[in-house]
Amino acid sequence: MRAVFEPGFFASSPVHIALVAGGAVAIVSAVIGVFTVMRGQSYAGHAFSDISVTGGSGSFLIGVSPLWGFAGASVLAAAVMDLIGIRKPRGRDLATGIVRGAGLGLAALFLHWDTTHTSASGVTVTILFGSMFTISSSIVPVIVAFSLVALGVTALLYRPLLLSTVSSDLAFARGIPVRLAGAAFLAAVAIAVSLAAMTIGAILSTALLVGPAATAQRLTSKPAWAFTWSAVIALAVTWLGVLLAYDSFYWPPGQHGWPVSFFVVTLIFLAFLAAQPVAARRARLERRGLAVSEG
Amino acid sequence: MTEQHSTGTSEAAAAPPATGQAPSGQEVLTGQEVLTVDGVGVRLAGRDILTDVRFGLRRGEFAGLIGSNGAGKTTLLRVILGLLTPTAGEVRVEGRVSTRRARARAGAIGYVPQKIMLDPDMPVRARDLVGLGLDGQRFGLPMPSRVRRERVDAMLRAVGAERFADARVGNLSGGEQQRVMIAHALISGPRLLLLDEPLANLDLRSEQEVVGLLARIAREQQVAVLISAHEMNPLLPVMDRVIYLAGGRAASGPADEIIQTDVLSRLYGHHVDVLHVHGRVIVVAGRGDDPHAAPAQAETGQGW
Repeated sequence: MRAVFEPGFFASSPVHIALVAGGAVAIVSAVIGVFTVMRGQSYAGHAFSDISVTGGSGSFLIGVSPLWGFAGASVLAAAVMDLIGIRKPRGRDLATGIVRGAGLGLAALFLHWDTTHTSASGVTVTILFGSMFTISSSIVPVIVAFSLVALGVTALLYRPLLLSTVSSDLAFARGIPVRLAGAAFLAAVAIAVSLAAMTIGAILSTALLVGPAATAQRLTSKPAWAFTWSAVIALAVTWLGVLLAYDSFYWPPGQHGWPVSFFVVTLIFLAFLAAQPVAARRARLERRGLAVSEG
Repeated sequence: MTEQHSTGTSEAAAAPPATGQAPSGQEVLTGQEVLTVDGVGVRLAGRDILTDVRFGLRRGEFAGLIGSNGAGKTTLLRVILGLLTPTAGEVRVEGRVSTRRARARAGAIGYVPQKIMLDPDMPVRARDLVGLGLDGQRFGLPMPSRVRRERVDAMLRAVGAERFADARVGNLSGGEQQRVMIAHALISGPRLLLLDEPLANLDLRSEQEVVGLLARIAREQQVAVLISAHEMNPLLPVMDRVIYLAGGRAASGPADEIIQTDVLSRLYGHHVDVLHVHGRVIVVAGRGDDPHAAPAQAETGQGW
């Protein structure tokens, strides 16, 4: 065991915070990510991650937790995108791109001020790439609360969202308020991205949103299992990432530890690659029209 | 002979269409109309899309909404669904004028849209989509239950979709997808089933299978079925009623009464010929001044 868990792993309070906050955020991102991937809204997720940079860099200027900046900026962006027509397939990329561009312009200004007018060195790296070990313990309850709300909204809207994802016409015919459900979901994506920005960084947050979901939907054709697999994969890579990052204090070049976000994102990519043979086998079986039973 | 929306019993005694033996003779008359389209007009951007469209459908009736592209078929279906408010007239479903939400809640209408394009990777199986037909509008997570599963299985069997019940919807062929969508629309027990161009992009065999399936559903489950199509020939053997749309106006009645040179010429506002070729009906535009002149334009099998 000692070879895997370096001394003090389970006693370290930053590790506790990383495991709890990172775990909660991983599950939220993974679950909301399945709908994001199914609905083809990954690009909107990317835009939220870029705009989180704006909010995060702004929050350092006024001295509040970056979570408020991340969440405020991306939810506001979601509202603007909805207003200028993200629901129309043709206007969608345009609406997303315009909001994203405007947000990143502000981020350039805020980051400039962060680094020139305050003494907070390393702010840029923290915002862009996160640092799970330096999350303030006072913000952890907020992270968990946000996670529960985002998961709750997704669970509540599960069936109407699934149907409108397959076909908005079918959903309309069943009396589902497709537009409202879509807007609520976009807000949930914004929250998920801002939470992931806290743990693995604003720029990397979509890796957690899209990666586990893309892997899971190739492993199973059952919707409920896709959500479960996605959450399991995200939780596993996050916890394993925390463990490796902790251990890396004793790795070369020494005494600094490698960034935890690097491990998480790399593990997400490796999980996706590892799933490909399984996915290919599944696809072959499905094409042969055989019912595949799974656990 | 545009039918003025009567609920009389005259069609019951109508002769079968010229092209085949229809089950229209056995039409069950409940005296109640499931759908009443009463003088519906739609004006969009200063243009009349539909003018004074009237017809009624009874339970178990199989009707084709025939017209070329742009004749207003989809607009009419949208009005019936409650997605579009008509400029004139009204639509009554089971005798009531109601909003889209109310109709959806009452589960009176099942709707099958045109072929939908789906990502083949999307983790949604045929049986999941059928299950969403049962309770897709509800909040919260679906609780798996034996009753629910058995209802879905029975519905999948009823449309002959049990073989691909566990395949992803995005991986199905056009004909398979139509069956699943029909099951999705039917499982909530609607009294009216609307299908928007269900035969478009189907190969000949799937086309015949889907038409046969829908005719059987109309008969056995006493559902009024309304199919829009630009090509009427596949429907002729089974259609109890045709609603022929041209220039925004409609003629409704038994196919052999409506698909006539004089009726359709009046509808189009210029002379058309109805030709019978090897059991198929072809409507071609003729020259108004000389009914025997060579057709100016002929599109085989098109509703012009």
